[in-house]
Amino acid sequence: MTNSFRTSTGGRVNRELPLSFQFDGTPYSGYAGDTLASALLANGKHDIASSIKFGRPRGVFAAGPEDPSGVIQIEEPFPEPMLMASTVELYDGLVASGLPGQGWLADRPDPARYDAVHHHCDLLVVGAGPAGLSAALTGARAGARVVLVDSLSEAGGSLLGSTEVIDGRPALEWVESVTAELDEHPDVLHLQRATAFGCYDDGFALALENRTDHLGGAADPDDTRQRVWRIRAQYLVIATGAHERPVVFNDNDRPGIMLAASARTFLHRFGVLAGGRAVLFTTNDSAYAAAFDLSDAGVTIVAVADSRAQVSERLQDGCVRRGIALHTGHVVSGTDGDRRVESVDIAALTGDNEVGQAERVAADLLLVSGGWNPAVHLFSQARGRLRYDDGIGAFVPAEDLEQGRAVGAAAGHFGLADALRDGASAAAAALGPTATAAVTEHQVDDLVEAPSAVLWSVPGSGETGMAFVDLQRDATTQDVLRAVGAGLRSVEHVKRYTTIGTGLDQGKTSGVVTSGIIADALGVGVAELGVTTYRPPYTPVAFAALAGRNRGQLLDPVRLTPTHVWALTRGAEFENVGQWKRAWYFPREGESMDGAVARECRAAREGVAFMDGSTLGKIDVQGPGAGELLDRIYTNMMSTLKVGRARYGVMCGADGMVVDDGTVIRLADEHFLLTTTTGNAASVLETMEEWLQTEWPELRVHLTSVTEHWATFPVVGPKSREVIAALVPDLDVSNDAFGFMTWRDAEIAGVPVRIVRISFSGELAYEVNVSAWHAMAVWRAIAEAGRPHGITPYGTETMHVLRAEKGFPIIGQDTDATMTPQDLGMSWVVSKKKEDFVGKRSFTRLENQREDRKQLVGLLPQDPSVLLPEGGQVIETADLPEAPVRMLGHVTSSYHSATSGCTFALAVVRGGRDRLGETLYVPMNGTPVPVTVSDTVLYDKEGARRDG
Amino acid sequence: MQLIPCPWCGPREEVEFHYGGQAHVAYPAAPADLSDREWAEYVFFRDNPKGLFAERWVHSTGCRRWFNAIRDTGTHDFRAVYRPNEPKPVIS
Repeated sequence: MTNSFRTSTGGRVNRELPLSFQFDGTPYSGYAGDTLASALLANGKHDIASSIKFGRPRGVFAAGPEDPSGVIQIEEPFPEPMLMASTVELYDGLVASGLPGQGWLADRPDPARYDAVHHHCDLLVVGAGPAGLSAALTGARAGARVVLVDSLSEAGGSLLGSTEVIDGRPALEWVESVTAELDEHPDVLHLQRATAFGCYDDGFALALENRTDHLGGAADPDDTRQRVWRIRAQYLVIATGAHERPVVFNDNDRPGIMLAASARTFLHRFGVLAGGRAVLFTTNDSAYAAAFDLSDAGVTIVAVADSRAQVSERLQDGCVRRGIALHTGHVVSGTDGDRRVESVDIAALTGDNEVGQAERVAADLLLVSGGWNPAVHLFSQARGRLRYDDGIGAFVPAEDLEQGRAVGAAAGHFGLADALRDGASAAAAALGPTATAAVTEHQVDDLVEAPSAVLWSVPGSGETGMAFVDLQRDATTQDVLRAVGAGLRSVEHVKRYTTIGTGLDQGKTSGVVTSGIIADALGVGVAELGVTTYRPPYTPVAFAALAGRNRGQLLDPVRLTPTHVWALTRGAEFENVGQWKRAWYFPREGESMDGAVARECRAAREGVAFMDGSTLGKIDVQGPGAGELLDRIYTNMMSTLKVGRARYGVMCGADGMVVDDGTVIRLADEHFLLTTTTGNAASVLETMEEWLQTEWPELRVHLTSVTEHWATFPVVGPKSREVIAALVPDLDVSNDAFGFMTWRDAEIAGVPVRIVRISFSGELAYEVNVSAWHAMAVWRAIAEAGRPHGITPYGTETMHVLRAEKGFPIIGQDTDATMTPQDLGMSWVVSKKKEDFVGKRSFTRLENQREDRKQLVGLLPQDPSVLLPEGGQVIETADLPEAPVRMLGHVTSSYHSATSGCTFALAVVRGGRDRLGETLYVPMNGTPVPVTVSDTVLYDKEGARRDG
Repeated sequence: MQLIPCPWCGPREEVEFHYGGQAHVAYPAAPADLSDREWAEYVFFRDNPKGLFAERWVHSTGCRRWFNAIRDTGTHDFRAVYRPNEPKPVIS
């Protein structure tokens, strides 16, 4: 039984190109141009999925993305869950299965490529149906840059599923001529298989283009599978058509029940008969075309149930001519069947909202039409206002967008002539006289339709059986009524209570119906009740597509220091510091981290060690106002710094809290170079720019980030003087000639360097600064000159231990945004002479004078082998009291000191400096551990070591 | 995604910008002369109106320059942008 429901001729499928596929383990065949849904229906396969809550069989309910029930999983070639059978183009070798409302994700990385393209245009037309094509052609002829996107495999939209005639010829001939002409225009970008899924501010829209799936195995694996188009349009034409709306009745979810126009689409676009014996249930004229066309194609139309009391003579004649029993004033009140609809109950609407005795007719197909909802999703996303149209029972655009318009069926203008005219005039409105001149008139015979009836739900539905409002969520009329009964009055609340509209179809067929049912239950108008918000994406979009190329190594930049490869070859372990990779420690063969750090610390304290400190932020400050700017930014005086000297500085926010620290060196009268902590390099530059541009524009200063330009290599330890002396023989490195906090220009390995006497370890140290371009030559020279002294490379862990032993805080680790310089015990860095600087006034605020502020202190565990956890809370008592426990502060840094042979910590503690010598406690695994509050400086309290 | 008209560069996408809070909150001429309350007003207190609001913005990943804008906080509409040295435009 292959393709036994395929018509002998017709449809847009290529019968020369049969395709094999598998569904639920059974092999089938279809044709190129099929969707998975049409191919399954062609094979008579209707029950393809089961429902999420009740496990009821479900089939294809619609031919497009509005389908709430044909949910499938692709198994091969690459797993992809939760897709609509109606939106999956068939390809050879496709293996898929029906889903019970939930799918499964691949357990392996997606090998496909995804990317994004930015595009700008005068006119973005969404939808290549009659209205969209008319707009795009008018725009193209006017010379505009036009983008036309459409979700289907070919242009035509609703014309693909109908038998319309334009200018006396089949409409698809017109479509062909329009697309051919668009191809001729170099400024027109025409994308099929591209779904606009989001509209945002200022003419910005996103579209997802499916580029390779339909090619199956013939696709180039290196080609981009899906592309997100980021389109910025001057004007947006929304020609997205309309979705047919169902009517709710008992057992309205069986396979074989589908929207009328979808069945017509399966016939005309795919040459597929959705059944053999059909009933049509309608509230409007448009659905008769489906019944008549299917009848003409050989389907027996058993009956038409039209809820209206009267039907036009044209339709009556059409039924008579085809031998179709027409029941006006009738509805479908229920269905029966096992895996598929087998019979349909037709009943008369009687008087006051009731139905009469039903007559049961045998049928394997039930066509339903409750009217049409304009696809206003994108229009609404672009903040277009909607209004409720009583006549069609749907929400329609109430206005033009500032930069766009909905046209054709999307605007509630359902006739073909309207669509063609709408599209052209929207382009003319956007582009002006040249486009107006390009508007073409067409000859179309639109039939005059009688008014539709608005019927959300057949009376009595759900009282005895189940009547589904949202098939995908298995939500029924009873669920809606229960929500209203629970006191919910807003459609948004009912949506969340019932989950209606939260499936991957996003309630395209259930949203307005839900509003209608709620309105009836509350006795209010649908207009005042409204409809739930339309949010992007219009159709599901995979995260892989949104991520595009930004995954794996391209997710985030990785910043490497000049010595990175050298450290790699030395077996260094690295740590991430923001985007930087920094050498953490350099373990020797078989050495633990603690062992390596202890060895590196000893080298720095007893011999000589060196590290790559290039990640330090560096800002070059130049101009006549440079000194003044730094005076206002730093808490201490910088303008008095002499050329050739360096000074430590702290900067605060206006609230007086420390934001960063670093060193400033003066290179010339109007030229300073300052360093920031690694993590704050960007924010310090931004803050300085902010003050400069917004408060002090009179200061003539330029700020330049030079972080990457300068490599910085501290050479640390009592032997460092000998190493520098060997490297720069003609430099007097004696303490008298080259004192602490001064700098000298020199040359190492033929490369100009700047050497600064700065110490972040308390030891004698020389910081060698060199252009990053030549950094490795200098690094190797240092290593070579240091070899006789056993120079040892060290990483960030040792750097942290060394600085913590000296009580040097790391801004951002030992501080948060509530610490002043005074809290850090650094009153000495706050100028008393300067009249003002950023933060100064805040220091005298009452809050900042409190004696119980948290202050930085040292903590010495009374058992010197206990390493306190960073972040551990500091409390007053040896026994853990009942909660809430009074917290005095917390541990900010904690290490082993190889030099002192003990563990130690830095902590912020309330009134900490008045507690020196006290015993406090840090709970570890629930047991408070005694610690002695100490000075922050553990090692070399006199500072005797820095000059060697 | 909204376009923000940088007065130095022209319209650019909003992701290129950072918000800088209320505009025209000048750094006090003599902070030392202010009471704690007056200083706190400068440091911590800002208006938060629904409707037109004069704000500071910076074109962070573009020209890196600051500018002021009159924005409708209800609609996100930028009604005017102007450079820091230009007077605040009058908009009804």
